[in-house]
Amino acid sequence: MATAPRYWRENPSRYNMVGIKCNSCGRHFFPPRAICPVCHRKSVGKIEITKLKGEGKIFSFTEVQEGLEELSLQRPYIVALVELTEGARVTGQIIDCEACDLTIGTPVRATLRKLSEEGPSGVIHYGYKFVPIKEKAP
Amino acid sequence: MKVGIVSYGAYIPRYRITPEEIGKVWGVDGKSMSKGLMINCKSVPSPDEDTITISVEAARNMMRRCGVSPKEIGALYVGSESHPYAVKPTGTIVAEAIEAAPHLTVADYEFACKAGTAAIQTCMGLVGSGMVKYGVAIGADTSQGAPGDALEFSASAGGAAFLIGSEKIIATIDNTYSFTTDTPDFWRREGQMYPRHGGRFTGEPAYFKHVLAGAKGLMERMKSTSKDYTYAVFHQPNGKFPSRVAKQLGFADAQIKSGLLAPMIGNTYSGAVPLGLAAILDEAKAGDRILAVAYGSGAGSDAFDITVTQEIESYARGKAPTVKELNTNLKFLDYATYAKFRGKILLGGE
Ligand SMILES: [Zn+2]
Repeated sequence: MATAPRYWRENPSRYNMVGIKCNSCGRHFFPPRAICPVCHRKSVGKIEITKLKGEGKIFSFTEVQEGLEELSLQRPYIVALVELTEGARVTGQIIDCEACDLTIGTPVRATLRKLSEEGPSGVIHYGYKFVPIKEKAP
Repeated sequence: MKVGIVSYGAYIPRYRITPEEIGKVWGVDGKSMSKGLMINCKSVPSPDEDTITISVEAARNMMRRCGVSPKEIGALYVGSESHPYAVKPTGTIVAEAIEAAPHLTVADYEFACKAGTAAIQTCMGLVGSGMVKYGVAIGADTSQGAPGDALEFSASAGGAAFLIGSEKIIATIDNTYSFTTDTPDFWRREGQMYPRHGGRFTGEPAYFKHVLAGAKGLMERMKSTSKDYTYAVFHQPNGKFPSRVAKQLGFADAQIKSGLLAPMIGNTYSGAVPLGLAAILDEAKAGDRILAVAYGSGAGSDAFDITVTQEIESYARGKAPTVKELNTNLKFLDYATYAKFRGKILLGGE
């Protein structure tokens, strides 16, 4: 189970929401990819590595009862498709809230949490999850 | 050169458990335990939180409040007794997550509950000598007590981060003094899951002796008295110890109230004085003077004399949550869920 090197290469995007901007059509994508899925060949040489703000709103969400083994301690957990301010859509876990507190459009921001561990002696993987942004108390 | 705090940030997990709930399971009178310790509830990390995620969140809150580029950070130290890895530094992940890597020096510190303040002292030296422009000092923990042990009623989770520098200082650190002896009041051997402690031995010859010596040593050097400080914060393994030590040093309740978080969140170990100091900075005004004394078993104390500057008036405190705000959106756990969250239930298959 030597997945550590693969995870390690993806750490910048996983920790800090580093994605890409296609300078042909202006769209942002996350996670980073070599060419724009819309412009294809036209985007060659026009892909720019960009840090996304990590803020957005819930596009759609669901509560998972029977899911990933590594999230068994957090069951039931919430997974959402988040539309980032830059327009890219990303799937992520929504934490520190109950499903009943959420609606389509709830503003969220990325935070760093443990994603999984390779057993008790293996590498711990960290990455983004999303928390609802609270209205600031007056 | 004046050295001090340029920015700060805090983080506390949202989950809580009460001493009554813990006591119910172990046949202990939780209500009187709560009263005796002066702890109403303690914070509990979610299964996906650890010292690394708490440090990152605190450090990001610190960066949100200031205009400093992370590339100007030359040193980063994380003090904790619950680093997720025995070998593999917490600080490397924190440095990467705030985009301070790779051109900086990083190390993890360990000195029971005062590892975070030891990190502040190191950063003061590095900044003061001109070796680095900014240094980050973090104190964070997700501490555990053995099931049923007295420590289980208090050991909690949280942390705070401080950006130490010499420009745009919101609070100068006027002086620091440490008092260190070889005292076996609390320990955890390599490979052991839970710490052990010397029971009653942890009070007088350990906590009180070192905190008093640290505070008195610093005040002698500064020719100050308790009356010279607006605020004081002491290490808080519970609510009772810091209240007693404050009284012995001549501090009034009003001076320690703002930084006394143990009643609401328990003992955050390396996060305790850093979080208390953060709560004070959340409300402090220019000219306020703060005495902060951290204690670490083993044993030692780090005392700091801090003065809030004019810079705090234009500092963007509101760009990150205050300690009070972090103490909202709470969710209280029953003991079974708490035990599951903290890995106290042995799961099959491993
Ligand atoms: Zn494109």
